[in-house]
Amino acid sequence: MADLTPAGAAWTADDTTDLLPPLKDGNSIQNYMINFGPQHPAAHGVLRLVMELDGEVIERCDPHIGLLHRGTEKLIEYKTYLQALPYMDRLDYVSPMCMEHSYVLAIEKLAGIEVPLRAKYIRTMFAEITRILNHILNTTTHAMDVGAMTPILWLFEEREKLMEFYERVSGARFHAAYFRPGGVHQDLPDGLLQDISDWADGYLKVLDEMQALVADNRIFKQRNVDIGVISKEDAIAWGFTGPCIRASGVAWDLRKAQPYDAYDRMDFNVIVSNDGDCYARFMVRMDEMRESLKIIRQCLKDMPAGRHATLDRKVSPPSRGEMKRSMEALIHHFKLYTEGLHVPAGEAYVATESPKGEFGIFMVADGTNKPWRCHIRATGMAHLQAMDFLCKGHMLADAPAILGSLDIVFGEVDR
Amino acid sequence: MSALTPELGRHSWPVMARVDGIADHLRALLGDAVVEIVEHAGEVGVTVTRTGLVAAMTALRDDPALRFNQLIDICGVDYPDRAERFDIVYQLLSMAKNLRLRVKVTTDHRTPVPSLTGLWPVAGWYERETWDCYGVLFEGNPDLRRILTDYGFEGHPFRKDFPLTGHVELRYSEDHKRVVYEPVKLAQDFRSFDFLSPWEGTDYVLPGDEKAVTNG
Repeated sequence: MADLTPAGAAWTADDTTDLLPPLKDGNSIQNYMINFGPQHPAAHGVLRLVMELDGEVIERCDPHIGLLHRGTEKLIEYKTYLQALPYMDRLDYVSPMCMEHSYVLAIEKLAGIEVPLRAKYIRTMFAEITRILNHILNTTTHAMDVGAMTPILWLFEEREKLMEFYERVSGARFHAAYFRPGGVHQDLPDGLLQDISDWADGYLKVLDEMQALVADNRIFKQRNVDIGVISKEDAIAWGFTGPCIRASGVAWDLRKAQPYDAYDRMDFNVIVSNDGDCYARFMVRMDEMRESLKIIRQCLKDMPAGRHATLDRKVSPPSRGEMKRSMEALIHHFKLYTEGLHVPAGEAYVATESPKGEFGIFMVADGTNKPWRCHIRATGMAHLQAMDFLCKGHMLADAPAILGSLDIVFGEVDR
Repeated sequence: MSALTPELGRHSWPVMARVDGIADHLRALLGDAVVEIVEHAGEVGVTVTRTGLVAAMTALRDDPALRFNQLIDICGVDYPDRAERFDIVYQLLSMAKNLRLRVKVTTDHRTPVPSLTGLWPVAGWYERETWDCYGVLFEGNPDLRRILTDYGFEGHPFRKDFPLTGHVELRYSEDHKRVVYEPVKLAQDFRSFDFLSPWEGTDYVLPGDEKAVTNG
């Protein structure tokens, strides 16, 4: 048995060169191009990657996006501020309420709208529920991309429960349109806080079990550790934000650095890792879900009484009951849903920490009831742009792992 | 220049660090490149000259008191009434100082804007997007292709004079066995209501109004 390669001995590329037949004179080996997508299950939607391969090694990777481009920003210019809000849900459709969040905060900032504390707490709580919703989808599909089928089956049950909470507050499982300028659309229904609390008690166990399944798994680690490494400096230069930049060792979280709504009252940690590879990005998201649970618990504990939206009738509509009794309420309701609210002229850029990273709205208001321009700073666009940088020199099979770890959703990238 | 303590918990939108006298500091730092500095809603926006853009951005990135290390976003805004109708808006973020800054340049449809791809690689796609949507050229961008619209798309859809309905529509043609583009056909014309209060100064032209003018 002495002629076997000793365990751990490096197997260099030179060993294989003898196996290739010699090239005939005048022949040469060329790189070839492949199309990855746009209909590929690991492309996380409609992404077309044009890859130049040398054998199985990626030499160049050119993402073609825009297959889901709907012209959201243009459409918004033709809608009143309130009519444009549901477009936000359709951007990143796995974290709808976080998309609404930036948009309503931008309006509130430009119009100087005061929001009751209860509304801030409700929004904070649902932003964190949304974060878990998003991270469940990302971590489990990422695991599935590299061969682990079970996590998605376990955690999607939890996702369903969360979407039930969505349904109970807004009436819709996905496209909630729940956050409104001045607060939220409706107050929480009876018993919801107790049910969220019950869910939060059980979720940690499911999460731990799922993590135990993959985090130390040899195959999972081989597919993710040291794959798609990006350094701190490169991550900043490539416009990374959110879990992707925190996995590269930058402790930057907008919820801490530039707190909005009730985040300044919350006690939570910013999860950081120094490795900058796919595994680090995965683990940062896993730990962020635990921090989100902490925030949800604090919101449940401290949920103040009061109104769910501002009493300013030029911003937020009166209740149905009020409309039956008061003529003025009826007029306000009618004016709000036809003419809409007027936002004073000015510009503002408001960014929130969406589950994927910095999601910003650059709003140019001209004083009428429609925005002059509403630019959406999509998180995934910056991340996807770095695909070429991240994939270069990796094997073709690493591309889905890298793509999965970047958390790309095309509703948001293509807008 | 001194940092002011942010007021937490007063309003819903993000609370950022504020710097007293940042306008003066920007004027001193950027010199002649500054066209205008606007402070609105707690945000600072500085308009710079096109030619001075790259130098200004380098100065903002490297200035020890500001350290705007991340280019967050680039977008265009169209004001068709102006001579230089486009604003190109850059959002900068300083993680060290927890500051944001908006830098703007103006241009028209044929004057190129210098590219920032040499300073931040992330500028590449944002400039492609601005080129695609507004038709603004970026000088020095190595890969200025369309990005969001379809292959072979004509026009720049986010310009204010581009109709919301577009010019062409797409369908699958059974004859050609592929998707084809055709001029857009609408069952009902596109209607845009402004819903502004009629007693607050809109000028609707009702049928018959033109007669009143000629008779009067």
